[in-house]
Amino acid sequence: MATVQVSEAEKLYVLHGVRDDLRVDGRSCEDYRHMEIETDVVSNTDGSAKVTLGHTNVLVGIKAEIGKPKPMVPDEGYLEFFVDCSANATPEFEGRGGEGLGIELSNTLYKVFSNKHSIDLKSLCIRPGENCWVLYVDVLLLQCDGNLFDAISVAIKAALFNTKIPRVHISEDEDGGKEIELSDDPYDCVRVNVENVPCIVTLCKIGHRHVVDATLQEKACSVASLLISVTHRGTVTCVRKVGGGSLDPESIFEMTETGKRVGKALHTPLMELLQKEESLGSKRQKVGFLG
Amino acid sequence: MAGIELLSDQGYRLDGRKATELRKVQAQMGVFGQADGSAYLEQGNTKVLAVVYGPHEVRGARSKIQHDRAVINCQYSMATFSTAERKRRPHGDRKSSEMSLHLKQTFEAAVLTQLYPRSQIDIYVKILQSDGGNYSACVNAATLAVIDAGIPMRDYVCACTAGFVDDTPLADLCHAEESGGGTSLAVALLPRGGQIALLQMDARLHQDHLDTLMEAAMTACKGVSKVLDEVVRQHLQETSVLTGE
Repeated sequence: MATVQVSEAEKLYVLHGVRDDLRVDGRSCEDYRHMEIETDVVSNTDGSAKVTLGHTNVLVGIKAEIGKPKPMVPDEGYLEFFVDCSANATPEFEGRGGEGLGIELSNTLYKVFSNKHSIDLKSLCIRPGENCWVLYVDVLLLQCDGNLFDAISVAIKAALFNTKIPRVHISEDEDGGKEIELSDDPYDCVRVNVENVPCIVTLCKIGHRHVVDATLQEKACSVASLLISVTHRGTVTCVRKVGGGSLDPESIFEMTETGKRVGKALHTPLMELLQKEESLGSKRQKVGFLG
Repeated sequence: MAGIELLSDQGYRLDGRKATELRKVQAQMGVFGQADGSAYLEQGNTKVLAVVYGPHEVRGARSKIQHDRAVINCQYSMATFSTAERKRRPHGDRKSSEMSLHLKQTFEAAVLTQLYPRSQIDIYVKILQSDGGNYSACVNAATLAVIDAGIPMRDYVCACTAGFVDDTPLADLCHAEESGGGTSLAVALLPRGGQIALLQMDARLHQDHLDTLMEAAMTACKGVSKVLDEVVRQHLQETSVLTGE
């Protein structure tokens, strides 16, 4: 990840601040930075969303294609994740420099979405064993300012909410072979149910306390982080420890409790915002990167 | 050319434009705070993000260092969701490498590299949505990003494509017109002096038509330069208001 150099004095300053529940930018330990979410930014995709969290900028595009279902689960569709750490974020990501981080991020996303309750994969099936919808979730990292997982998971949830999958009609021709027809009407589509899609909360341990939504500077002062993906009901789908330091079990327990609380509280305002944006319909002024 | 009619009898193209009309160009400078310079440009349905880092010390191979000028390093990449069919690799394929080299060539002609010996300027372009004229939109966006970074240039670099159908030159081709199989000429121009930084043509063209096609492309470039100039002045006005000058 793009790193920032911090001196010993700065580390001490951040540490003491966090101990007193006051971070460098004035937030408390459980506050998120200002988050901006906009959906339907790229028109070539079936669903897209752009999330800005502080300086972190993430763009997610979802394309739905018809493919063959996996042999183990013939009546389900599936999701494919790809994270592109572009050179826009930092020159270190030029060429193949961003591949390592991209693979780590996409592997974590696979784990987070691997449980069967997050997305109703059965609704993505067209013909069991023959055809199914494959949702290609492409994440584009434009700017890195810490807390990539949270921003990416919120963007994925928003993009899935925005995804419109065309309705499919199966017709039989004379020889008994089946033909798949996509509906021509752009408004005749199926939406994905994102109620149970989890959001990732990253907690960084700084000193004896932990913070939510760490900036790059705070990340440089922390020893280790814990990643928790939480659904709107408070169910945990994935827990992962990242970073080089070690955590003792009580810390992990405390961090998990905080993560569940913060994660659960993230879903309601997010869904409200997405529904409000959707209800504006065609009257909504698309801003994207302009202005 | 059988199939889709690129120019109707009344003189309208597929998207309703006239033969010499450009697509709507909208741009914004200073989109990202962390980069030295950045810009976002929309040319019709083609959306491009350009980011500039530099001038800074040469990273990686010491052999790249030039003792009397700056090295310009470009990378062209497309988002996987930018094209109608999903692209598997964002960059690293032959087309992207070729485009990166073209961008490097274009900007070496325009940027005053002699002012920054032994250093490197990185220009990264990302296509968010592709609908024809990718190279031109990249050059235009990168020009704005370089200006946003405060790196001195000889002149704006404006690029545009032009095609030729039924003895009529078409300016600013969209994807359907480019892939229709007809001629497509891409020109990168420094408008004030009329200097050409890059010229590339695909498919066949009779030599008698070359002059008309070049003229059409250069007029289109000058049109784009007016828009870019407007964007830069507006951005300057906005930032000077914020800094209280």
